[in-house]
Amino acid sequence: MRLVLVASVLAIASGAASAEPITVVSWGGSYGAAQDAALFNDASKNSGIEIIRESGASMSKTCLQVQSGSVTWDLVVTGSGGSAAAAADGCLEKIDYSVVDVSDFYPNTYTDYCVGSDVFATVMAWNTEKFGEPGSDGAPQSWADFWDVEKFPGTRAYRANNVDGALEPALMADGVPAEEVYEVLSTREGMERAINKIRELKPHIAVFWDSGAMQAQLMKDNEVDMTTGWNGRFDNAKKDGATVGYSFDQALLDYDCFAMPKGAPNKDVAMKFLAEVSKAEYQANLPFHITYGPTNKKAYEVTTAPKELIEALPSHPNNVPMMLPVSLDWYAANRKEALELYMEMLSE
Amino acid sequence: MTARSLNSTALKQQERMEQWTLLGLAIPAIFVILLVVIIPVGWLFYLSFIGDNGQFTLEHYQKMVEYKSYYRVFLNTFKVSILTTLICIVIGYPMAYFLAQLPARWAGFFMLAVLLPFWTSLLVRTYAWLVLLQRKGILNEFAMDIGLWEKPVKLVHNLTGTLIGMAHIMLPFLVLPLYNAMKKIDRDLMQASANLGASPAKSFWQIYFPLSLPGMVAGSLIVFVLCLGFYVTPAVLGGGRVVMVATQITSILENQFNWGAASSLGVVLLIATVLVLIIAGRVFKLDTALFGKG
Repeated sequence: MRLVLVASVLAIASGAASAEPITVVSWGGSYGAAQDAALFNDASKNSGIEIIRESGASMSKTCLQVQSGSVTWDLVVTGSGGSAAAAADGCLEKIDYSVVDVSDFYPNTYTDYCVGSDVFATVMAWNTEKFGEPGSDGAPQSWADFWDVEKFPGTRAYRANNVDGALEPALMADGVPAEEVYEVLSTREGMERAINKIRELKPHIAVFWDSGAMQAQLMKDNEVDMTTGWNGRFDNAKKDGATVGYSFDQALLDYDCFAMPKGAPNKDVAMKFLAEVSKAEYQANLPFHITYGPTNKKAYEVTTAPKELIEALPSHPNNVPMMLPVSLDWYAANRKEALELYMEMLSE
Repeated sequence: MTARSLNSTALKQQERMEQWTLLGLAIPAIFVILLVVIIPVGWLFYLSFIGDNGQFTLEHYQKMVEYKSYYRVFLNTFKVSILTTLICIVIGYPMAYFLAQLPARWAGFFMLAVLLPFWTSLLVRTYAWLVLLQRKGILNEFAMDIGLWEKPVKLVHNLTGTLIGMAHIMLPFLVLPLYNAMKKIDRDLMQASANLGASPAKSFWQIYFPLSLPGMVAGSLIVFVLCLGFYVTPAVLGGGRVVMVATQITSILENQFNWGAASSLGVVLLIATVLVLIIAGRVFKLDTALFGKG
C-alpha cells in the first residue's frame, strides 16, 4: 500500500500524466483477502488503475465522510441493505451504467447506487462433530431445528447490534412459510412475534457476533455449537480445519455490492475500475477464494472452477429455490423500527 | 509604618505580575483544551438536539425515556464500573501495601510486574483473555484435565469475562496513586502507635488506612470514570451480552447512522460522570485526594 503511495507521489513529482490511485475499501478477514486475490489485483493490473486498499468498510463511515465534506474513499463494499439506507440518506453517487456494463447481471443484483459484487447466503452453521455432516441423518435441516435445543443441545450464536437477516429465521422457526415471511413482518405484531421467538432462544445464545470474521472464529474455537452467518466464511473456516458445516435450506439469499461515496475524489477513474471488476472474468475467480456466487451470469460460463465448487455457490440455480431472497423493500420501509425492537430485546 | 505599607504594595504588585505571567504561560494549554475538548463537546451537545431533518428536536432525549433499553444500558454501565472498581480495590490495596513495604530495589522489580502489562496494547491483552477464558480455552482445558470441573465453565462472552478483563486493565490506575500515597506515610507513626500499646491491626485501621485513603479514593475514581466510557474490553469479552454506553454508541452509529441519538447518549454519560465527580468531591474532599493540597 505504501509502495503504491510512494509510486504515485513520484509520478506526480516527475510530472507524469498518470492518474491518482483510487481508494477501494472492503472488509477484513477472508472476505477482503478473497476480493484481493480474485478481483482487485488483476483488475488493477489489467486496467492500469492503481488502487489503495483499505479495510473497515462501513456505510456510516461513508456517510460521515460525505457529511463532513472530506471524502477519501472511492469505492466501498457494503451489504445491499446498507447501500439502500445510505442512498436514502444521500450519501452515495449514482452509478453510471453507460460505463459499468450490467447487461449480463442477474436481476435484482444492482441498484441505482450499488453494483452487486457477489451473492451470499445467511445460513445456519453447526459443529459437524456434534450434529453430523450436512444432509446426513439427524443433521439440522431448518430454522426450527436451530431453535430446538432438546433435539440439538448446545450453545448458539446470533447477530449482535444489527437486525439485518435476524428476524426472518425466527419467523420460519415459528412456522411461517418462507414466502409469507415478509408479509408477516410488515406489521408490528409480526415483528414482535419474531422478536419473541428470539427472546425464547436467548438463554441458549452464548455469544452475539458482530462480524463475519467473528462467525468463523467462533466455529474454529468451538466456542458455540451452532450459529447464523454468511456461508463463505464457514467454508473458509473449514479450510482452516474447523469442523463446521451448513445448509442452504431456508437460508436468506442476499448480495454484497460496490458503492461510491457522493463526491468521491476520483469519481471517473473509480467508475472505470468498477466497470472492470464487474466483468465476468474476475467474478469467475471468486469461488476459488470464497464460496460466494457471481452477480454476473457470464461468470458461470467462463469460470474454470470445478463442478462441486460451482454447485456449492449460493447463486447456483440448484440452490436458489431452497432460499428466501432478502426483500430490500421491506428493509427500506421497516428497518428502523425493527432495529429498535431488536436492540431493545438485546439489552434485556 | 510607611516603609511597611510601601513594601506590601510592592509585594502585591509583584504577586499580580506573577499571576499574569503564569496565565500567559498557560495560554497554549488553554488553547489546546479549547480546541480539542471544549469545541468538540459543544458540537456533541449541539448534535444531540438535531433531528433527521436538521431541525431542533428533543426526540433523542425523549427516546431515552421511552425505550427501556437506554435505561438498562446506563444501569449496566454503572454496575460494571462499580464492580470493576471494587475488584480493583480488593486486589490492588494489598498489592500496593506489599509494594510500599518492600525495600526500594525490590519494589522496583515488583512494580515492573504491574507496569509491564500497562505498557502492552489494550487490544492484545483483551484478546489474550479471550484465548485463556473461552470454552475450549487454556484455563477450561487445564481445569478439566486436573479434574477441577467436568464441563467447561462459561468464563467469557458474559459479565464474568468482562470484569476479569477490565479489572486487569484498570489495576495499574489504582495501584500507582495508592502506592504513591502509601510511600508518603511516615513509618514512625506506626511505631509510635505500637509504642502506645496499639495492636498491629488497630494501628493499621486507625493510622495507616486513613492516611492511605486519599490515594485509594483518587485511584478508585480514575478507575471508575475510565470504566464508564470503556469500549474495547466489554465489546470483545462481553460477547454482545454486556451492553455498555460506549458499545451502544458504536452500534447506533454503525447500524443506524444516527449521530443525534449517539450524541445524546454521550451527553448523558458526560453529565453523569461529572455528577459522580462532584458528589465524590463533596464526600471525599477530592482536591486533597487528587492534588494533595491541604
